[in-house]
Amino acid sequence: MNLRVIWRKSLSIVMLSLTGACALLAVSLLLFILGYLAYHGGKDLSWNFFTKLPAPVGETGGGMANAIVGSAKLLLLASLFGVPVGFLGGVYLAEFGGRTFSFIVRYVTDLLNGVPSIVIGIFAYAVAVLPVHHFSTLAGGFALGVMMIPIAVRSTEEFLRGVPRSLREAAMALGASKWKTVATVVIPAAFRGILTGLLLDLARVAGETAPLLFTAFGNRFWSPGWNQPTASLPVMIYTYAIAPYDDWHRQAWAAGLVLLGLVLVANIGARLILVRGTSFQRT
Amino acid sequence: MERHFEHELDELKQRLLWMAGLAERAVHQSVQAVLDIDRSLAEAVLSEENTINEMQIEIDERVLRLLALQQPMAIDLRFILAVSRINSDLERIGDQAVNIAQSAMRILRHPQVKPYIDLPRMSELVEIMVRDSLNALVRNDQELARSVLTRDDQVDQFRDQMFRELLTYMMENSKLVFPAFELILVTKNLERIGDHATNIAEDVIYIVAGRDVRHAVPDRR
Amino acid sequence: MNIKTSIPELPKRSQREVSPDVPPRFTISKLNFYYGAKQALFDVSLEVATNHVTALIGPSGCGKSTFLRTLNRLQETLRHTRTEGEVLLDGQDIFTMDVVALRRRVGMVFQRPNPFPKSIYENVAYGLRINGWKGSLADAVEHSLRRAALWDEVKDQLHKSAYALSGGQQQRLCIARALAVDPEVLLLDEPCSALDPITTAKIEELLFQLKESCTIVIVTHNMQQAARTSDFTAFLLDGRLIEFNPTSQLFTTPADPRTEAYITGRFG
Repeated sequence: MNLRVIWRKSLSIVMLSLTGACALLAVSLLLFILGYLAYHGGKDLSWNFFTKLPAPVGETGGGMANAIVGSAKLLLLASLFGVPVGFLGGVYLAEFGGRTFSFIVRYVTDLLNGVPSIVIGIFAYAVAVLPVHHFSTLAGGFALGVMMIPIAVRSTEEFLRGVPRSLREAAMALGASKWKTVATVVIPAAFRGILTGLLLDLARVAGETAPLLFTAFGNRFWSPGWNQPTASLPVMIYTYAIAPYDDWHRQAWAAGLVLLGLVLVANIGARLILVRGTSFQRT
Repeated sequence: MERHFEHELDELKQRLLWMAGLAERAVHQSVQAVLDIDRSLAEAVLSEENTINEMQIEIDERVLRLLALQQPMAIDLRFILAVSRINSDLERIGDQAVNIAQSAMRILRHPQVKPYIDLPRMSELVEIMVRDSLNALVRNDQELARSVLTRDDQVDQFRDQMFRELLTYMMENSKLVFPAFELILVTKNLERIGDHATNIAEDVIYIVAGRDVRHAVPDRR
Repeated sequence: MNIKTSIPELPKRSQREVSPDVPPRFTISKLNFYYGAKQALFDVSLEVATNHVTALIGPSGCGKSTFLRTLNRLQETLRHTRTEGEVLLDGQDIFTMDVVALRRRVGMVFQRPNPFPKSIYENVAYGLRINGWKGSLADAVEHSLRRAALWDEVKDQLHKSAYALSGGQQQRLCIARALAVDPEVLLLDEPCSALDPITTAKIEELLFQLKESCTIVIVTHNMQQAARTSDFTAFLLDGRLIEFNPTSQLFTTPADPRTEAYITGRFG
């Protein structure tokens, strides 16, 4: 065994250990966060937490029921706005776009994806809050919807492109026009993938805080209808975490746990949908 | 795919057997023409010569097409090759029958050389050989085919014996030279027909057992 | 001694001859095809006989698939392609015809089985549904599956996913799907190249039955398959039609030396 071989072997061992350690670090970070949240917030996850309104300032007890409902309403609005635009936009890009126009749309979508969430929040403020002079759930939903669009467009497009050309040709050879082919064969074939893409997109915007700061704003009470400011989980976490009350800190941990739990459930759910088999055979 | 191809093989066999029927009949009729001094029988044989020849061409075309288009294997391949050879033998049998018929026509005007005793026996032996070789083909019967092979020597003996006998007649009476000579030719033709029947029998063994027994050791029993 | 004095009647030939009275299904005249600037077909002209099997053979890249896909205008779905020349289906110009109507009359089966991610029943019914079939769907589906020799194997599992079938069954399903709309012509682009020999034999036998009612054009890189199944064969080389003759003639005494070189394996 000469020197060169020894050098090669030891280099290989060093690199292996280094990369392995980094991978381990990445995984352990998630586990650490989860563990920390569970430890600190787990005790406060009670029935009260999910059903009661926040207690008056200074008092202990109370829950985050309004924040949970608020987040749900915001996500509903975000989907109503973001999903159709994103989905149909993706369909256009994958199936009908001309080369230059598609390129421009894709590029701009990617740019939009890179816009900081707080900037989106300011934009939504200017468009949906200022003209009516008050914060609202609608404005919050709009901001989150705008954040959903780029990913919805791209993931829809990707999954549609993943449908093999042979399926489209088979439909066309039977006499289906272009749009019939897309509607009856391509979209159903890519359906599972598109669904998971939208689910993950939703899970992502569920945790966005910055855009909600100037749109939905926050509320210590129920917010009936759609035109009033509303509480949401991320904003509540923010508010409680920087407050001086211990009780609030604990509740913030609990809320963080709930939010993370939501994201995990969405991710695992998405994986399960995809794992049950892709809708078409990969040739 | 088997169904269509098998159908084609079947058709080929049917046509070969039909041609064989014609050849068999030609042999029988030509010999009867000699034995019975029957001009009409001889003419019947001559008129059928074309049919036999046309059939040979058709079968050869079918063989070529089957080989080119169907890529036959194993027994199918041996069968088709054997059909090609049997086809040729059958046509030659037809030719020999025509020769016999022509001899019959020529003997007509001459007196009968002698009572025909050996000639019917020889012709019966040969006709049965032909019949048996074709039956062996129909039934894929190796044993029957082998039995044909053993009789070839008998046929040769007949020919030699009749040659000596007729030679004697020719030397004793110069008027009989012409008809006796024709009879010698007839025995030669019959012996050739026997050889062709033997060839057919060898081809049947080739199809069934995959063994080429042509030009093999004399004792083929 | 049993004498055969009469010979029974000679049975008729079974090979169907091409009747000269029946007009050809397709008449292709001087077809040229371009992928962008690159020309793929040069002045190809031939006639496709009605209710017979016509095979297209030739080395890879000779243009046989391109030619086939022109017949149902599937080539148009690719960008930057150009077609010149005339293709007539029963005397009608296919390029001025409604393309949906054309594709209903001219069906296609592809190289790899490509059933839709739907049930077996829905796959066969698809063509019927999108073309507004008025009669009983179930009957039509059964009829198609029978024609494709698949009914007995799947009749109890019509609502299972098409992907539960084996490769050979899937290909027959694709044939049934194409047959559902009762096309006059069936185009097959190397339909057996992804299948094992037994399944290939089954599909070849199927073609024999189908051609009674349907004109078939099949592209194959397997010469023996063309020899076994077709009535007419066209040999293409570098986008040009070198020879077009009855199969029995082309494979025994080809007219062109290039054809002979190809089928004897001396090149390609």
